[in-house]
Amino acid sequence: MTAPTTAPATSGQLATFRLDGDLYGIEVEHVQEVLRSQQLTRVPLAPAAVAGLINLRGQVVTAIELRERLGRPPRPEGTDPVVIVVRLHGEAVSMLVDSIADVVDVDAGDFAAPPDTLEGQARDLIRGAYKLDGRLLLALDVQKALSA
Amino acid sequence: MDGLDDIVEEFLVESHENLDQLDADLVALEKEPNSRERLSSIFRTIHTIKGTSGFLAFNRLEEVTHVGENMLSRLRDGELALTPHRTSVLLQMVDAVRSLLTTIEASGGEGGVDVSAVVADISAAMEDGDGPAAEAAPVAAEVAVPAAAPAATKAPAAKKAPAKAAPAKAAPAKRATRAKAAPAPAPVVEEPVAELPADLPALPALPAVPAVVAEEPPVSESVAVDHPEGEVATPDAAGGQGRRAVADSTIRVDVDLLDQLMLLVGELVLTRNQIVQNVARSTDTDLIRSSQRLNLIASELQEGVMKTRMQPIDHIWSKLPRVVRDLGLQLKKTIRLDMEGRETELDKTLLEAVKDPLTHLVRNSVDHGIEAPEDRKKAGKPAEGVLTLRARHESGQVVVEVADDGAGIDPAKLGAKAVQRGLLTQDALARMSPADILQLIFLPGFSTAAAVTNVSGRGVGMDVVKTNIEAIGGTIEVESETGRGTVCRLRIPLTLAIVPALTVECAGDRYAIPQISLQELVSLDAEKAANAVEEVGGAQVYRLRGELLPLVRLTDVLGLTSERHDGHVVIAVLRSEGRRFGLVVDRVINTEEIVVKAVGGQMKAIGLYSGATVLGDGTVALILDVQALARRALRTETTERQDSQKAALKAAAAASDTDRQRMLLAAIGGGRRVAIPLDTVTRLEQVRTESVEKVGNREVVQYRGQILPMVRLDRHLGAYGETDHEVLEVIVYADHGRSVAIVVEEILDIVDGEAAVRSDIDDMGLLGSAVLGDKVTELLDVRAAILAADPHFYSPVSSAPAGVPDSLLEV
Repeated sequence: MTAPTTAPATSGQLATFRLDGDLYGIEVEHVQEVLRSQQLTRVPLAPAAVAGLINLRGQVVTAIELRERLGRPPRPEGTDPVVIVVRLHGEAVSMLVDSIADVVDVDAGDFAAPPDTLEGQARDLIRGAYKLDGRLLLALDVQKALSA
Repeated sequence: MDGLDDIVEEFLVESHENLDQLDADLVALEKEPNSRERLSSIFRTIHTIKGTSGFLAFNRLEEVTHVGENMLSRLRDGELALTPHRTSVLLQMVDAVRSLLTTIEASGGEGGVDVSAVVADISAAMEDGDGPAAEAAPVAAEVAVPAAAPAATKAPAAKKAPAKAAPAKAAPAKRATRAKAAPAPAPVVEEPVAELPADLPALPALPAVPAVVAEEPPVSESVAVDHPEGEVATPDAAGGQGRRAVADSTIRVDVDLLDQLMLLVGELVLTRNQIVQNVARSTDTDLIRSSQRLNLIASELQEGVMKTRMQPIDHIWSKLPRVVRDLGLQLKKTIRLDMEGRETELDKTLLEAVKDPLTHLVRNSVDHGIEAPEDRKKAGKPAEGVLTLRARHESGQVVVEVADDGAGIDPAKLGAKAVQRGLLTQDALARMSPADILQLIFLPGFSTAAAVTNVSGRGVGMDVVKTNIEAIGGTIEVESETGRGTVCRLRIPLTLAIVPALTVECAGDRYAIPQISLQELVSLDAEKAANAVEEVGGAQVYRLRGELLPLVRLTDVLGLTSERHDGHVVIAVLRSEGRRFGLVVDRVINTEEIVVKAVGGQMKAIGLYSGATVLGDGTVALILDVQALARRALRTETTERQDSQKAALKAAAAASDTDRQRMLLAAIGGGRRVAIPLDTVTRLEQVRTESVEKVGNREVVQYRGQILPMVRLDRHLGAYGETDHEVLEVIVYADHGRSVAIVVEEILDIVDGEAAVRSDIDDMGLLGSAVLGDKVTELLDVRAAILAADPHFYSPVSSAPAGVPDSLLEV
């Protein structure tokens, strides 16, 4: 589990999703499941990135709002987020994204350092970018992103 | 099994297990005769059995094991070499032990089992080296063919005891089949004798059987028939033909498995809740009936699974007499340890978690609670101190008390120490009730031994005890009476996984409050709430049967906005650390058994939630951590302490806090109003005029078992109120265990002192006047008023009186 995050450039499969117009990817082996929008129980006084708690078949799972984590504007009214459940250190955590996309095979040769235009907290959370045909795939450091 | 002592029973179970191990060890030893480790292990086992049997007065058992032990010790020390013959004799000994155990189990005594032959064999085998001498017994004769012996003996054994033949055959046949996968049982016995012992170390157990049969044919037979399943499951124990009812009636289960079962039952309970909730809306009677049935069964199952994890508290108590004895000797104190309710059961995990705190409390009691014999005699108490452990079930919790009849904790000394150590300001101390002061022992700063010994009470790591108890969802409180002793009371939930809880709603979300901290619920309609809840500057109190209950609005704590606008107030009266407070919520939903789920690290860091749960309708609800809530919401000594510890800047802040003092407004007749600092007020009471009695020229009233001196404020201040009230409004002020009653005409309001316009126009008994609530109000000199009622009020503790009037002067 540690290998993909410590080595910056890896070949393999990334599960991709869209967030505020950009395409992101996380290692497919981290992903446990993807769910439609879920009922969230808010947690007062929790960090802003904690969107709430969801009931995943009797398990209580924390949901992290990835837009907040990456410093993006809130999701427009009326659009439901998609929940990606990720298993980290044996514990299920989930993140809210705009929509889910394909699983993509990436090649280490296409990897580049994070674009210099990236700023602030987002820069810490993004390992780099894979140059795909016609667009960039941002590789999310899932451990950092969900340890809010 | 009736009539068997617990000790004997435990001994039997343990010994049966040890014997199985012993068989395996002995056979393995034969393969590597020089393994000192194995020899030592065998030696230890036999030694244990010997020791216990001596203790329990099983003489023959002791005799056999004693001679066996002798041989083993000589083998271990290298004086004797291990020969196959000696191994066999040892195995014979094991068998003899086993048959003795069986007899003990069946009849409670050793019965007629004859061990002399075995003893003679062993003694003989110790004397000379090998086989020939062993011809005395038929069993030993077969032993002469070393490896083949154990299996071969089976045949004659079966012949000799026909009653036993069937079961004896059944068992090994099964095993043999498993081991060799051979089709027919018979040839297996004859043929591969040479390798059998290696594969099935347990097998040699069989020869002993005849002896057993002679004593108790029915028992062994029925067990042997019952047993095959067990044998298949546990090949190791399979040789335990001698494993009888006691061992069979208990089974060792991996705690993980129980945990998993518990988890599943938790889920089941959840699902049950959901179904019951949904069915409640249904009209289908069949469905309703089966859901009720499900409800019942799930509850019973839950209880059953919980029971599997339950152990009597005696498991941890049993070590305490030793602790008390040793520590008592060391400190030259004589202490009797009484235990009540040792059979009280609680969850194994909790039991483990309580062990250390409990030991700690006991040590504390012995060390600091109970005085030295001389001191006790001086105090008119028997020289022998009594330490009492009590455990009982009480409303779904386990209450464990550690009580001593020692010197108790003197709140005055304790408080003074706290001030001296800078944990508390003198001011804050003066305002605290003795019960509150006792809670100081849980402050981390009190955990050094020196401080504690001086203060005559506890505190060595009491904060740690508290933390540990709270970590398992329990609470701890301490009660003490100077000169009489101290009681530490732990309240522990029955189980960690499923807790009864109250679900409440606040700002549209639901939260769960564990019942363990809940005392009562108060619901006030808008009209009542307007009067009963006194509110100033966001700080609220409610008079609950005369006692001032500080109110905490959950919405304020959580930074939310209440969705309740109709003025109704719902108060959950909670207890935390010996203090009560009222949590104001939007509404109460119901009580529910909830399954506690851990929450992620981010949630834990907030420090307000002890976990989360899934409610009947599938929504997630946070479980409020009442202790943390109280700490955060109440202006406690703890926060004041932190304030005072933080340099001068903070000290100034604390001073401005005192400026903003809240005042109780009261009418004293003649249209005059006085203000009394609220923090000097302990309780508000109503006293019937006819219950006022006289002592000399003073008025007193009996109140909670003590005589309460009274001062009528109207007379004290020269006002002329109506004197013929039937019921007197009384403000009770207490400090250092003394109380006085201040009689006023009417309790008017509670206001914030800060907003007041002050003037120095005053009179005797007053400190000045101010405009409070739009009217000129006199500021009562509480000290003078109290002294008028009880001239000795401040005398016992000379340092205390400073607190009250000083703080008032700053108003």
